[in-house]
Amino acid sequence: MLKSIEELRAFRQECKAAMDAEGKRIIICGGAGCVSKGANRVYDKLLALMKEKNVKFVLSLEKEPHSDNVRLKKSGCHGFCEVGPLVRIEPQGWLYVKVKEEDCEEIIDKTIVKGECIERLAYTENGVVYKEQKEVPFYKKQTRLSLDNCDKIDATSIEEYLAMGGYTALEKALFEMTSEQVVNEVSESGLRGRGGGGFPTGRKWSQVARQKNFPKYVVCNGDEGDPGAFMDRSVMEDDPHRLLEGMIIAGVACGATEGYIYVRAEYPLAVARLKQAIAKAEELGLLGDNILGTDFCFHMHINRGAGAFVCGEGSALTASIEGKRGMPRVKPPRTVEHGLFDKPTVLNNVETYANIADIINKGAAWYKTIGTANSSGTKTFALTGNIKNAGLIEVPMGTTLREVIFDIGGGMRDGKTFKAVQIGGPSGGCLTEEHLDLPLDFDSLKKAGAIIGSGGLVVMDQSTCMVEVARFFMNFTQNESCGKCVPCREGTKRMLEILERIVAGKGRDGDIEMLEELGEMISAMALCGLGKTAAGPVLSTIKYFRKEYEAHIYEKRCPAGECQKLKTIEIDPELCKGCSKCARQCPVDAISGKIKEPFVIDQTKCIKCGSCVSACPFKAIKER
Amino acid sequence: MEQKIDLTVLDQAIKEFGNQEKSLIAILQRAQEIYRYLPQEIFPYLAEKLDIPEARIYGVATFYENFSLERKGKYIFKVCDGTACHVRKSIPILEALRKELGLSETKKTTDDFLFTVETVSCLGACSSAPAVMVNEEIYPTMTPESAVALIKQFKEKN
Repeated sequence: MLKSIEELRAFRQECKAAMDAEGKRIIICGGAGCVSKGANRVYDKLLALMKEKNVKFVLSLEKEPHSDNVRLKKSGCHGFCEVGPLVRIEPQGWLYVKVKEEDCEEIIDKTIVKGECIERLAYTENGVVYKEQKEVPFYKKQTRLSLDNCDKIDATSIEEYLAMGGYTALEKALFEMTSEQVVNEVSESGLRGRGGGGFPTGRKWSQVARQKNFPKYVVCNGDEGDPGAFMDRSVMEDDPHRLLEGMIIAGVACGATEGYIYVRAEYPLAVARLKQAIAKAEELGLLGDNILGTDFCFHMHINRGAGAFVCGEGSALTASIEGKRGMPRVKPPRTVEHGLFDKPTVLNNVETYANIADIINKGAAWYKTIGTANSSGTKTFALTGNIKNAGLIEVPMGTTLREVIFDIGGGMRDGKTFKAVQIGGPSGGCLTEEHLDLPLDFDSLKKAGAIIGSGGLVVMDQSTCMVEVARFFMNFTQNESCGKCVPCREGTKRMLEILERIVAGKGRDGDIEMLEELGEMISAMALCGLGKTAAGPVLSTIKYFRKEYEAHIYEKRCPAGECQKLKTIEIDPELCKGCSKCARQCPVDAISGKIKEPFVIDQTKCIKCGSCVSACPFKAIKER
Repeated sequence: MEQKIDLTVLDQAIKEFGNQEKSLIAILQRAQEIYRYLPQEIFPYLAEKLDIPEARIYGVATFYENFSLERKGKYIFKVCDGTACHVRKSIPILEALRKELGLSETKKTTDDFLFTVETVSCLGACSSAPAVMVNEEIYPTMTPESAVALIKQFKEKN
């Protein structure tokens, strides 16, 4: 238990000295992407080989370090999920990609023992071999602040977090600043909520700090529900103390004494890591009563979500923590006045809290040098879809979509052409080629009819049908609508019906106009953020891809060739051997013919189910 | 297949999380871990223990996607249909699994309670798209063929 600032500083110094003394390191990415591709097997193999070959190694930070020991470590997500499992060799900073168990022996023999780089494992793009991680184009244009520790430290070790300068911001907030100064610093930094809304964090904090109703609460929204987003997961799993530190500082600033972290049900590892981090912080006296010998007390709790997207909305989230159905309520009163248990509550997203320690440590002026005038700092994005380098990235606000998609993301997969990017999940919108030079910041995106949202970027190529994408999102929102207010409950249902009709080839004249009318109505009248933004994907795809909608409705044709019901299925008489397999497979008896002669599909009966296509042993049946 | 419901195992959860309304979701989550679904019998039991109306507990249980009032299979296949998986063609995987097991959108669990096939909005494993989660483990970059092979693998294991 650390009872004073001096004790904390001395302990941090010890941790730092131990980390600095480490010589060679093998850091294996333990992020979900790499683990699912076999990172744990690579770790086990490396460990077994070092034992077998008598290479001296350690698995955790040593009390009395020996620089000739090799440190084997599983860190958090390195972000470059596409080419995982990833292994980084330090001090050289070499990055090995797509590492398999079979590569491990060479890594030990060549790299660890002889200090040579294995070029065949290095990342290669357009014939150029990139040995060092920092030279790889995927990393070069990034500025990693909130994700800084993720690929460096062992998330289960508070000592490593301390060695990286952890809890210095808390120290500063508790001993060198008044709570007003903390609030001012955050306000001054221009930090805006990273959960989607972009509300100035400092303003929110000052509103809670002003309240005289105790106790007050600090709540973290870790209910990252947007499909296609996983950046908060990374912070919670890979650098849990950064989140805790940010929340404790919010407590200092606002006079709150209890913290709640609401974590999405699908993230069991995040729950486990946070629980462990809380226990460690309590053990060291950084959480609990009389933190570091001061009068300040702060207790942290974890709530697991149970699968409701609407719980990402503030008042629904607090209702869920209270053990109720997670439904939003009418505002005002706002969460800052009547939030959790009806008390004043600071509610921010994971990434917002993850930025706090840096702002307190390095100051608002420094923070403002990153990003744009009205959107300072960085933003993490989950880059996915039909893109070459899927992964987790962090860039300064104001970076253009082109830089993100083509420089960092490496462009489209399989040489296809860029069509659109969906940003901000089901609440956001689609952007097209004409927006590629748009800077990614709160205001520019809003103008273009999209939002930053939580930061999911799903890139789509020519084979993606935009009407189908709109239907997909509407299906999601309609499913997740809590049913409390009529515009969202009924409106999304009607919109979904129309979209389903269009992709099924039964679109009618007037459907587009009806979608627009319903969309505008829901946006104006729904109770909460989920409803207000539900029509975003539909309205933005109509705006930029109206022709595709029209082709579906008036020509019964899907230009991207994706909509099953709009396909024509035909038998190629040249290839058909007349085996009758397809006719027997067809559920509606649409195929007929004589044995050993080409069969024919009756297009009026065909329901385009495609079962004949997979049944044909001669690949004679084609979808168009 | 009848299953006997032992309700006393819930007492431990009530003790751990506290018998108050704010613990309800955590207790239901524990119940679901124990029984793999929420059997009807637990509602009156919890209502009495926590002193809240049975209707409110039922309301919470039906509101959240993760709670199931129907018994599920031993192996729960969650086919991710998040945006990233969807654009990398997750639906054919779902269809192949359903076809292999004789399941549909309304019939999600096999009669022998071995398999359940459902979709999930996003597993947060977008870089491994399309992904399928079986119980707690994520299987990356699936195809309809590899998903069917996975079923066979689990059948053999059993």
